[in-house]
Amino acid sequence: MRTLVSPLALRTPRGRIIYWTILMFTVVGFTGAFVFPFYWMVSGALKSPDELAQIPPSFFPKSVDFSVYKEAWDQLQLGVFLKNTAVYAGGAWLFTLAVDVSAAYALSKLRPVLGKLVLGAMLATLMIPPMVLLLPTYLVAKDLPILHLDLLNTPWAIWLPAAANGFFVFLLKRFFDSIPKELLEAAEIDGASPLRILWSIVLPVSRPIIGVVSILSVVTVWKDFVWPLLVLPETDKMSISVGIASLSAQMPQNVLIASLVIASLPTILVFFVFQRSIMAGLTAGSLKG
Amino acid sequence: MTVTEERVRRPQPGATDPRSPDDHGALRRAVGRNLTAYGFLCAALICFALFSWYPMIREIVLSFQQNNFVDPGEWVGFDNFRTVIADPAFRAAWLNTAAFSGLALVIGYAVPFVLAVVLNELKHAKAYLRFVVYLPVMLPPAVAVLLFKWFYDPGAGLFNQALDAAHLPPLSWLDSTSTALVSLVIVSTWMNLGTGTLIYLAALQSIPGDLYESAELDGAGLFKRVWHVTIPQTKLILLVMLLLQVVATMQVFIEPYLLTGGGPENATVTVAYLMYQYAFNFGDFGGGSALGLMLMIVLLVFSTIYLRVSREEAER
Repeated sequence: MRTLVSPLALRTPRGRIIYWTILMFTVVGFTGAFVFPFYWMVSGALKSPDELAQIPPSFFPKSVDFSVYKEAWDQLQLGVFLKNTAVYAGGAWLFTLAVDVSAAYALSKLRPVLGKLVLGAMLATLMIPPMVLLLPTYLVAKDLPILHLDLLNTPWAIWLPAAANGFFVFLLKRFFDSIPKELLEAAEIDGASPLRILWSIVLPVSRPIIGVVSILSVVTVWKDFVWPLLVLPETDKMSISVGIASLSAQMPQNVLIASLVIASLPTILVFFVFQRSIMAGLTAGSLKG
Repeated sequence: MTVTEERVRRPQPGATDPRSPDDHGALRRAVGRNLTAYGFLCAALICFALFSWYPMIREIVLSFQQNNFVDPGEWVGFDNFRTVIADPAFRAAWLNTAAFSGLALVIGYAVPFVLAVVLNELKHAKAYLRFVVYLPVMLPPAVAVLLFKWFYDPGAGLFNQALDAAHLPPLSWLDSTSTALVSLVIVSTWMNLGTGTLIYLAALQSIPGDLYESAELDGAGLFKRVWHVTIPQTKLILLVMLLLQVVATMQVFIEPYLLTGGGPENATVTVAYLMYQYAFNFGDFGGGSALGLMLMIVLLVFSTIYLRVSREEAER
């Protein structure tokens, strides 16, 4: 497809020189800005504290000794933090899907009285970023209204708020709206219950949007910092981000850097595998209204 | 809604009369349908009520109360607001937050757009460049911030080493009042740049090619084409992203929390960070909520504009 620069201009010798120069600069620039910090992190972890303090720094570590990663794993109890984070993210994912899919299904296909009002109230939460409601939300988690349960230091403090996501309800409802009515009516005439219709008709055709919501919800919870910092203060309950941040001051530099490498691996791996869905989620996110 | 659907399926004159025997069934079905619908909705209603709707009300209540969470809260009018405003950190926090958002716009707003325009022209290494620019976004923010904390190290940190290699004097980055806030903006820009770039890239790809073609036939040079085709065609998404970025950067917390603790001399204290400090360092949830409420009102203004703009976008 034709873009800003015409294909003709690119075919001239001058056009070619400019194109390849810009390409080279872009590749070098991007590698320097976005890949080099990762190299510096991975190689920095392999350097001894003395080598890290050395001026000028060594580009390649003097000796490649991976034992620092093991040290980081043990000293910072990264295993515990990673397991906790997996439990928080996994549970939040299941909760989000169960809660938001059924809500979106009800709003899109069952269309109850006041459904529009409910949807509006859910979408209105998108106008107010969670950060400004941090304190009252924390107090709710600390002392649940009516039931008076203390959710602090329990996974529920992550799972329940994660499910209250207006954006996911919006994405799912918009997708469900596009499912042809005839498909559902046929099943209804056959006597299928709404749950049955949701499970065997709506869900199978909604796989793409469920994929997007799944990845967004897992990654959001995995990356979150402020909320787990507040509601999971016990060291053994911390998520990986909070755990590393709170123990960072007491660690030797190379051990801390090694733990940063380990902490960045899961999301980077997810990105490698689910690149397509993640980028699809991005453009879905750009048209929130 | 349900009643109309029933009517469509079995057209019957006078079906709206609630006393006609057949309509009792329709009514019962409508009630049943609503019950089922609210059955599906109840989990979401509980979650939203507890963690979104109630906190909005609670924030307002808290900011007008003095509370120790043992006795019922005592109404104190605007006392919390007065306390917070009298705090010397209050002015600093708002100025810093505004400066942070402003700097983030100056440094971080045009860059992704320019990158997207360039990426859209390149025919090689596309997948690599797209992957790489989004890589920092995938890092947990705490990890990215701690990584930069090490880069900012005044002694052996990467940045001062690079300055040294370029025969430039070293900077004290996070430790000086003049560079601390900029340092925060740099981290924040580095880790969020990829999102904007990829969103713009998607928008650029939807510009019809013949617009460029005819602009070129009219004799428009490269920059004229950017000005008269690219920017007008992506105007709304540019505006939407501008508002989103302002709302996002006004909430900045993790950077000052992990890098500077608000220092040096309140140079990096932000509204969200001050709110956190009030609640969790000074134990004053009233003052913290007052700050939260003020920030909420400011952000609501931007959110409202955003909503208007994105509606316009959706209607196109």
